[in-house]
Formats: sequence, structure tokens, C-alpha cells
Amino acid sequence: MAKRIDVSGLTAFYGTHRAIDDISMTVEPRSVTAFIGPSGCGKSTFLRTLNRMHEVTPGGRVEGKVMLDDENLYASNVDPVAVRRTVGMVFQRPNPFPTMSIFDNVAAGLRLNGNYKKSELSDVVEKSLKGANLWNEVKDRLNKPGSGLSGGQQQRLCIARAIAVEPDVLLMDEPCSALDPISTLAIEDLIGELKERFTIVIVTHNMQQAARVSDRTAFFNLAAVGQPGKLVEIDDTERIFANPSVQATEDYISGRFG
Amino acid sequence: METATAPTQAPPPGPPTGTPRGKARPGDRIFLGLSKGSGITLLVIMAAIAAFLGYRAVLAISKDEANFLTTFEWNPAGDPPVFGIAVLAFGTVVSSIIAMVLAVPVAIGIALFISHFAPRRLAGPIAYVVDLLAAVPSIIYGLWGAVFLVPYLDGLNKWLDEYLGWTYIFERTSEGVARNLFTVGILLAIMILPIITNVTREVFLQSPKMHEEAALALGATRWEVIRMAVLPFGRSGIISASMLGLGRALGETMAVAVVLSPSFVLSGHLLDPGGGTFAQNIAAKFNEADEFGRDALIASGLVLFVITLLVNGAARAIIARRKEYSGANA
Repeated sequence: MAKRIDVSGLTAFYGTHRAIDDISMTVEPRSVTAFIGPSGCGKSTFLRTLNRMHEVTPGGRVEGKVMLDDENLYASNVDPVAVRRTVGMVFQRPNPFPTMSIFDNVAAGLRLNGNYKKSELSDVVEKSLKGANLWNEVKDRLNKPGSGLSGGQQQRLCIARAIAVEPDVLLMDEPCSALDPISTLAIEDLIGELKERFTIVIVTHNMQQAARVSDRTAFFNLAAVGQPGKLVEIDDTERIFANPSVQATEDYISGRFG
Repeated sequence: METATAPTQAPPPGPPTGTPRGKARPGDRIFLGLSKGSGITLLVIMAAIAAFLGYRAVLAISKDEANFLTTFEWNPAGDPPVFGIAVLAFGTVVSSIIAMVLAVPVAIGIALFISHFAPRRLAGPIAYVVDLLAAVPSIIYGLWGAVFLVPYLDGLNKWLDEYLGWTYIFERTSEGVARNLFTVGILLAIMILPIITNVTREVFLQSPKMHEEAALALGATRWEVIRMAVLPFGRSGIISASMLGLGRALGETMAVAVVLSPSFVLSGHLLDPGGGTFAQNIAAKFNEADEFGRDALIASGLVLFVITLLVNGAARAIIARRKEYSGANA
């Protein structure tokens, strides 16, 4: 089910402001691709163009092509709602629905997609929670609100919610930046397991994290504040961290940036 | 002579980092006194009002020759005095229920439109118009209701009678202008619309962006986002707003007094002229009543007060029951 993402000539705007400019890259299926770069370089914006969440922001607009295997997500006949059902997303801050139980949180996406019998739902919820390494911690309190869990558990609940609908791609926007190191480790282990089934794209500010979890790394940068963000290079993670082909990448990774 | 307490009185060296314990600054003390005083004053006033109302009400009810709660008559000046609140309680509750049924869904709709659907340049003016509705005095609503609404509702009433007459409540047993509880309910609905709309709109605007994005990212449509992330979050706000509106509907006086043609007949046929509410009855009778008659009216006011308290208590109970699921601990 994991699909290849092929982006060509993608430019995203906020109103008239050009946030990212002319980005092209390929994201391989069943792999983890990490986006790194300084704040404001547009990596989160770019991530949000991959499931058409960017245009939810007032003034948000996109030009260019995003191919998911052989379907252009920005073709005129494509419904953004349908795109988001095949490209799941995990956010920076854990955001389980506070008014729903743990069970209902995981089942939320399924209930949107159609009618399921209660037994089918239970199966998928159990499978998803196991897939998110959360089942053992919550199996006795599925009917309790998800907001009662710890931050790390909430984030894994959000991952369970995202994978319950069996998306083709899983986008993660700094999923560990609000978590402690132990919860971070749990999520990183989980990412390693999930890449067997999904195409994963992760934005991170933590370069050790990018080095640990990703197969390929993309470095974004911007010329100056107010300038659009650009893709500097994308390569195998080992190469990016050992011997990048662009000087700016090496400067950023070695901390000589700015 | 200096005593052992001297060190605490010595000013700390350098810039003061905080107020020493037990020695408040004058500003703090004045503010504390003011707020404490206001709180106590409020309680004293409430207690005085309750005692006064209770005392006068007991005076009246003890001389009532009929059952105060079940009698369909209001004649405290008669011999023997006979009066009861059954018709008033029925009229008050029924007209308020009609108002709530009509106003709450519309108010939620307007609030959602302003907060989530309308383009920004439309949302402002609409919110402003809704605010204007709240600024119209109730006597103006009453006049508008009597002069405009009553004649125009005649056609609607005929239609309801013809097609929904079988439901009993929409059956008309007496011809007459629409000075009935149904019209009052419609008028009250318009009057309570702004307050419910404004409060729910504020709540919807505060619904957390991150939960709306979570729903969107799962592939929710705009309506599904509202159902998953906005309405559940706003639930207690909707209930509070409705209670505010209900409070106004229960107590509304002038508009009801102008529109209704009062009678002490209890009828389940909402389109039949007549009926009455607590507030309308007090307004209509207070000036002509003698001392005892006023006591009787005060007794009816006390019942209205109790009904309002019960409604508020019920609302609080509903909100508290699902507290752990509320957005508060997100």
C-alpha cells in the first residue's frame, strides 16, 4: 500500500508571500525521509502540501505537481478530503480528540470512511494500537478519555489514529518535539517498525533523530528571512551526515550555520 | 524600645523581591477589602430579597382558599380569596420551550456560520447585526409582535391547524387572532437568539485549532470537522448559552404582556388565544392589586424563581456529568 511520492516544481504561497519555491524530490515507498533545516525554511509548509493541508490556512495556495504513484494530488478533479484519507498526518503537539475515548479516537477515521460493524471496529482499533505500541498500556481503559494519557502515550495514540485508516503515506511534523527523551525513543522505535508498511516523511529539528530514524534526508534552507525556503539537497542519510555535496548542508549539520 | 519583632519591620536591602508574609501592601489590602465586601454585600442582598419574598409569599398562600399550585384562577381580591399558579406555570414553561426549540438550532447555525464558514468580511457585519438584535428593548419587540407578527401568523396558524391539527397541540378549537402561547414562543425565540448566538460563537471561536486540524488530516469534511472537533468542545458552552437564553425567556415580561391576550384557561391547544406567564401576570395585575393581591403576585414570582433555579441546576448537572471529556483538560 505504501506509495512513492514524486514532487515536481512545487511552490507554496501564503497570500502573496512565497513560502517555498520550486521544490522537486522523490520519496521512496517503505522508507523514512527526514526534512531538516533552520526554522522558517518551509519544511513544515512543504510537508503540509503533501496532504493538501496547506490550503486549509487562509491564503494558502500551491502551484506544481505532487504525484502519489501515478495520481496527481493537485489535479483539478481530486478532492482534498480524499487525499487526506490516503495521506495520514501526525502533528507536533499530541492532539487526540479530548471529547472522545481512546477507542473512539482510534476509530474516528474509520467512522468517517464508512460503516463498520462494532466487531470490525474493535479489531482495527486493537490492531492499530498494537501497531503503535500502545495496546498493552491502554487495553484496560479503552473507554477512558485519551486526554488522560501522558504526552508520549497521546502521541502514539495519534499515530494509532492515523494508521487505523491504512494510509499510503504517513507525514510527521516534529512528532517528538513536545516529548521527553524516553517517549521520543519509543516513537523513534515505532517509526522504524512502521516503515515496513508505510511511506514515512518526518520533519525534525533534531539532527540526531534524523540520523537515527531516516533512510534519506532532505536539507531545506532559506537565503534570508522573508525569502522563500528552498530544497538544498536530498540524499541518503549517511551521505548527508558524512559527506554532503553542498557546503551549506555541512555547515548546518556541523553547527557552523549562520 | 526595640522588640524582638524589629527584624521583620526592617526594609529588606536592595530592591524588594516580594511582600513579607503577614504584611500586605495598602493596595492589596484595599483590593481585598473591596472584593470581599462586594461578595458579602451580594449575599446579604440576596438573603434579604429571599426573606422578603418568602415572608410575603407565606402571608398570601396561608390565606389562599384554593390549592396554590393547581388552581386555574387568580382572584386574591375575592371573598374568599382564590388563586393558583397552574395556568401561569404552564404558559411560562410552554412558551419558553417553544422559544428554545426554535432559537437554539438557529443560534448554533448562525454561530457556526460566523465562526467557521463565513468569509471574514461577512462574519463581522453578521455578528454586528446579531448584537443589534440584543440591543432592541423588549417593549419594542412586544409592539412589533402585536402589530406585525400577530396578524401575519394567522395564516400560519390556519395552515398548522389544517395539516398538523391531528397532533392536538396545533389544533384550533376557537377562532381568534394569534394572541396565543405559540406566538409568544416565536417572539421569545427572536429575543433570546442574540444571547445564545453570541455565547456559542465565542465558544466555537475558541475551539482548538489543533483538534480541527487533527480531524481534517483524517479526511474529515468541513461538517465532519465541526461534528468531531467543534461541537463536542462547545457542548458545555452551548448548554450555558441556552440556559442564559432560557432565563430570559422565562422572565420576559413586557413583550409577552403586549402580545398575549391573557386568560386563566389552561389549554394544550397552543394556537388558542389565552394563557399567561408569571411575569406577564405580575406586570398586568400589580398596579391594580391591593396589599394582599401584591403578596399573592409575589408568591407567584417566588415560584418562577424556583423554576429558574431548577433549570440552572439541571444544566450544571449535565455539564458536570461529562466533565472529564470536556476540552478543559486537553
